[in-house]
Amino acid sequence: MIVRIAASLSLMIAACVVVGCGGSSSSSGGRVTLNWWAYNEPSGSFTKAAKRCNQQAGGRYVIKFNALGKDADTQRQQLVRRLAAKDSSIDLMSMDVVWTAEFAEAKWILPWPKALAAKVKRGTLSGPYRTATYQGRLWAAPANSNTQLLWYRKDLVKNPPKTWDALIDTASKMKKGGRIEIQGASYEGLTVWFNALIASAGGKILDGPSTPAFDRSSATAARIIRKLARSKAADPSLSTQQEDQNRIAFESGSAAFQVNYPFIYPSAAMDKLTGFKQKDIGWAPYPKVDEEHPLLAPVGGFNWGVGAYTKHPKEAFAAAMCLRDAGSQRLFATLGGLPPTLAALYSDKKFVKSYPFAALIRKQLDSGGVRPQTPAYADVSLAIDTVLSPPGSLSPKDAVSRLTKTVKDALDSKALL
Amino acid sequence: MSAVTAERTASDSAPAKKRPLSERAKAERKLGWMLCAPAVIVMLAVTAYPIGYSVFLSLQRADLRFPGRNAFIGLDNYVSVLSSSRWWQDVLHTVLITVVSVSFELVIGMLLALVMHRALVGRGLVRTSALIPYGIVTVVAAFAWRLAFSKAEGGFVPSVLHLSYDPLGKTWTTYLVAILAEIWKTTPFMALLLLAGLALVPDELHEAAKVDGATAWQRFWRITIPLMKPAILVALLFRTLDAFRIFDSVFIITGSTHVRSVETLSILGYNELLNRLNLGLGSAVSVLLFIMVAFIAFLFVKGFGTSMASQRGEG
Repeated sequence: MIVRIAASLSLMIAACVVVGCGGSSSSSGGRVTLNWWAYNEPSGSFTKAAKRCNQQAGGRYVIKFNALGKDADTQRQQLVRRLAAKDSSIDLMSMDVVWTAEFAEAKWILPWPKALAAKVKRGTLSGPYRTATYQGRLWAAPANSNTQLLWYRKDLVKNPPKTWDALIDTASKMKKGGRIEIQGASYEGLTVWFNALIASAGGKILDGPSTPAFDRSSATAARIIRKLARSKAADPSLSTQQEDQNRIAFESGSAAFQVNYPFIYPSAAMDKLTGFKQKDIGWAPYPKVDEEHPLLAPVGGFNWGVGAYTKHPKEAFAAAMCLRDAGSQRLFATLGGLPPTLAALYSDKKFVKSYPFAALIRKQLDSGGVRPQTPAYADVSLAIDTVLSPPGSLSPKDAVSRLTKTVKDALDSKALL
Repeated sequence: MSAVTAERTASDSAPAKKRPLSERAKAERKLGWMLCAPAVIVMLAVTAYPIGYSVFLSLQRADLRFPGRNAFIGLDNYVSVLSSSRWWQDVLHTVLITVVSVSFELVIGMLLALVMHRALVGRGLVRTSALIPYGIVTVVAAFAWRLAFSKAEGGFVPSVLHLSYDPLGKTWTTYLVAILAEIWKTTPFMALLLLAGLALVPDELHEAAKVDGATAWQRFWRITIPLMKPAILVALLFRTLDAFRIFDSVFIITGSTHVRSVETLSILGYNELLNRLNLGLGSAVSVLLFIMVAFIAFLFVKGFGTSMASQRGEG
């Protein structure tokens, strides 16, 4: 019995070796299969774009979509483990805008050839384009950008507040739906919030790639986060909430405000809303810290990178170009609510009709608060969200010194995070 | 444990050792070694090599993201780990989870074992139903606990108890859920080991004590427990070692919520190694965890040895 099992097992393994099990890229009969690792965009616009590009390629290549995890931290882990092991089955990948420096420095992605880089630059918004460059070279193609807006219920709120303090005070005083949905879990989302706050208070996280630059603005940011977390407007689950949980809580009708990315708008059309309709959702600029400083809203999004160990770089670059052209970006925006990186789309009438907040998003992207570009970004971000979490017990008094120390140790790879 | 058996066989065969080995004995010993060799080689390849490699990495500055900066840095990683407050926090979390869950498991496991031992009707049913939690895959069980308790994910517990907060958003309630899940999952294992120990206690002793007028509690405390001591120690050893290295259930229960206030040492090592790709710091954490586990095992084996010796009347 055991012998038989062992024999059939070894047969299976042998068959795998011959036929090629698993996801390694292969070219059978001249057709190249490109493995595209991207996050599983909930509306399915990524797989639709892949299908469209496969048709356009006319048999030159076939893009095979492989889903990565739900949040940015998991996606990075999955990619990085494979890349560190020089996995040749990653031909194309979706990269969060903050990974560019790390992936480029570790030589996990290929720099874009000059001719193609020039093509990418043409017509791309400058903010998103900058997120894909590192040390003067283009390392990825900006596919979609993202920024957060203040979403509110028009049936409950007449004039959306302009600053954080006004927002928290307004929500706390409301009799019905007086909650603000925002990302408070200890993960990248908390760093995004914090970065936008200190940028809008005139500060920054790093000075150059490796010097912490926390100043009074960090204390201001910490004060706002703490104030919201301890106010009546805070969701009871604040310290565990990420973007999607915010969306669900907002759709359940318990909150009048939500600070989130535009994906919540198309999904509100598909989901069941309690007590309101999609047309009741209004949008306003991301809140400011005060009246003196200009608003620097968060800038997110994804770029397409070509894996350094791919066996088909030429086809991979071609596929990446197709997956970020106007047709693909239109799909991402209308189905998934993801803001385009191509300037032309923002003046396309048909597009603006299906994406009514396009002008506001474009304005925020032009002057967005980009997160620091450093190869150790993952460590820096982890250090920050560790200090800030849980938001309710944050102490603004020693926030500056704790942040400076933790981030410095993280950059020197001295501390456990 | 293996040390004890080795010691025993050594003392049993001590008189035979004095005589020089005959040709036949020599050949037999050689054959024995050859028969063992494949197993020894496999053990070396799958345990000794990774452990040695971890120790080697823990003395290096090794980060997969910055291969150019790799260098030998001696004990610097250990200094960084031991001077970091996160390490000591996680030691505290791990010790707390281990001590609380193992002590509850021992008490409940003993009760379960007594029930299984004494059950007159439906013995098979009692034993099977008691063992079900142990048969469930840990990750699945952990997900069940998480989905029951998480308010953000629509669990039924917060709505049944009318909780205004998210149990998986607060430190102490997350602890409670993690420890409950651990107890629920592994008490059957404890009970099984203790049941084997109970079977060792001869009924005659109980009957004799009964005749002498000992109460049920006295019989349990003075007869059952002392005779079961080796079984209890083995059960405690296995469970303490497992609980100290706890990873999967805590990882799943806190996974979606990123509550790091209950992070254990295994999760810390995992984060440093697989999240930050800092092989040096991560290996230092793993090696320190290995040393702590080895120390616990040593203490138990010591205790086990003396109890065995005292049972044989050598103590």
